[in-house]
Amino acid sequence: MSKSFESVQVVRDGLKKVNYLADDGIASVVYLAQRLGKPILVEGPAGTGKTQLAKSVAEMLNARLIRLQCYEGLDESKALYEWNYKKQLLRIQADKSSDSWSEVHDDIFSSEFLLTRPLLEAISSTDPVVLLIDEVDRVEIETEALLLEILSEYQVSIPELGTITAKQIPMVFLTSNNTRELSEALKRRCLFLHIDYPDMDREKEIVLTKVEGITENLADQIARIVRSIRQLDLKKAPSVSETLDWARTLILLGIDHIDAQEAKDTLHILLKYQTDIAKAAKELSVDK
Amino acid sequence: MPVLDLMSGFIVELRNAGLPVSLTENLDAMEAVKEIPIEDRDAFKYALAATLVKSQNHWRAFETIFEVYFSLRGPEYSIAQDGKENDEMWREQQDLQMQGEGKGQSGGNMDGLTPEEIAQMLMNALMNGDQAMMKALAKQSVQRFAGMEPGRPVGGTYYLYRTLRNLDLDNMLDKLMEANKQQAAEELTNLEQRLEKDEFESRIEQFKQEVEAEIRRKLVADRGAEAMAKTLRKPLPEDVEFMHASRDEMQSLKKALQPLTRKLAARLARKRRHGRKGPLDFRNTVRHSLSYGGVPADPKFKYPRPAKPELMVVADISGSVAAFARFTLMLVYAIQGQFSKVRSFVFIDGIDEVTSYFKNTEDISDAIHRVNTEADVVWVDGHSDYGHAFEVFWERYGKDINSKTTILLLGDARNNYHATGSWVVKEMQKRGRHVYWLNPEPKSYWNTGDSVVGEYGSFTDGVYECRNLRQLEGFVEKLV
Repeated sequence: MSKSFESVQVVRDGLKKVNYLADDGIASVVYLAQRLGKPILVEGPAGTGKTQLAKSVAEMLNARLIRLQCYEGLDESKALYEWNYKKQLLRIQADKSSDSWSEVHDDIFSSEFLLTRPLLEAISSTDPVVLLIDEVDRVEIETEALLLEILSEYQVSIPELGTITAKQIPMVFLTSNNTRELSEALKRRCLFLHIDYPDMDREKEIVLTKVEGITENLADQIARIVRSIRQLDLKKAPSVSETLDWARTLILLGIDHIDAQEAKDTLHILLKYQTDIAKAAKELSVDK
Repeated sequence: MPVLDLMSGFIVELRNAGLPVSLTENLDAMEAVKEIPIEDRDAFKYALAATLVKSQNHWRAFETIFEVYFSLRGPEYSIAQDGKENDEMWREQQDLQMQGEGKGQSGGNMDGLTPEEIAQMLMNALMNGDQAMMKALAKQSVQRFAGMEPGRPVGGTYYLYRTLRNLDLDNMLDKLMEANKQQAAEELTNLEQRLEKDEFESRIEQFKQEVEAEIRRKLVADRGAEAMAKTLRKPLPEDVEFMHASRDEMQSLKKALQPLTRKLAARLARKRRHGRKGPLDFRNTVRHSLSYGGVPADPKFKYPRPAKPELMVVADISGSVAAFARFTLMLVYAIQGQFSKVRSFVFIDGIDEVTSYFKNTEDISDAIHRVNTEADVVWVDGHSDYGHAFEVFWERYGKDINSKTTILLLGDARNNYHATGSWVVKEMQKRGRHVYWLNPEPKSYWNTGDSVVGEYGSFTDGVYECRNLRQLEGFVEKLV
């Protein structure tokens, strides 16, 4: 197991070193998760850095990131493990005559014939890993149950082999876009972290660290405009990643001070719906 | 008070407020508290939240209770006027601030200042975004203007109002904008003005919260955490009644609707997935036969793809359910995205189809506005007449109901003593797949006065009380 953090501040500084600006909430919860050995369920609007958090923590800990992308129809054989049928078959046919039945039987259900999938891999790994279970709200509620054993006990039971227990407790992140309510059982096992759009100062910091060659002044202006836009009643508010895209665009265009016209011309980078763009353009240029 | 004692009271209060805190979560919180010292207040708060609050909707309730239980305590927050001590406090604050800021607005005692002067200082602080000064002023104005009396069992809204009125905060924004205009060297563009305005708004909001927190701290010091938490208790978002929801609450309801309708769609579709088996799935069978050495011992079948259900929503939008109607329309809009075939109808005493209003728009408020202004729902006098509306519905659209159609009726069934026309509902049930009725009234009011929900109910597959999100969710849950 990787060394544990000493304090919340250490987590925050560590994340900053890998270019992830954590606020109080994020840093505290990551610290706590590692201390208590519990998974973190990260929830929030799209594009606020949920997945990035897991990646950054992995980078900070120098750990391997194992990612399980969830989708509707995900099952055991894709998430946990699968028997390598073809190899088993070959084994049986290779020496049909020689072995007695019992030997073959024991043989083909050994770990040699086991294909590990992300969850099992995270558990059986000896080097430090960070497990990211992405968009967990996409799997059906029944499939969620698959995760329960691994999340609370850090073990996987395979009927033919027995129980495989984790050699070290990995950091686990689950992300959700909240398209549906997750089950109580799952929530109970996790620490809950909601990442919302950052406040203005933090957003400015993020723009400053992530976008090269940006001036303080422009970053400030960007953060303020984005905040104003988020206050409107939009179909989809601009996310942090869209803010960054916008900042990069402005740099490429050689703009160092945004006026209403330029803002209007580049709005389509921040907003993805025509109605939203029209609304924001109106609000920003025509006055209140 | 030791942390553990505080914790148990805190958790009891969370449960009282309706948050589902389980035993394991409780234990987790206790573990978490050991790891993070209470002195680091923010970290402590987030640690508790991470273990106890598992839904963003509950965050606000949690925060309020946290503020009450773990607020800063001390003699300086007592309401009783102990002039001297307060003076000292205040002076200390001032000194601190002078050191920090290096300018010192008006050394010495502030008690001699008139309210106008304080308001002026506040304006300067807001103008410059001077955090420390804003905090100090919040403290001072609560002290001066709130007129708090010890022992009064109030929640603090009144004190807040009094304080803010004395500072003339309502007009502060205009004043700030005006002053800003004069200060600026050149004419501000509209964009800049707009940004400045948003900035000032957020600072004023911050100041308001500071005042509120200050009042709360004093009230807690006066009456104790338990009593205070009780007065502040508010329904959770899922318990807010549709009929009496405020604007803000409506907003959060809107957000919660989306996942719910997806679930509704899934539930209605799922019924078809089970039971019937389809033709042999050759590929899958061969795949599985490998584990039996090529013998297809475990045949696999194709399951029929569940057809997307068809839905008809018929909603009452008359005055008696006006607040619910707005919610209903939001629900209809959200549902429309989930089902392949949804037709929506609204009625008062006439009935009109409004499907197209929702279809070609991305803006729900626009759609609702169109429904309210353009839909032809008034037949005679604009008072609910379910009987007539249903009869017209049957005449015009009845033939479109088939065995795949689920019909959702929304309304309070207050029929103004007209003929009920319940035979229509009976026919709907005969021809359609399911008929459900959602009633926004409390169950105890059903079938009293001119409510005839019972008569309709006997022909439906179920009448459900639907006053808040929790009940709506319960309805969706029951559909299995």
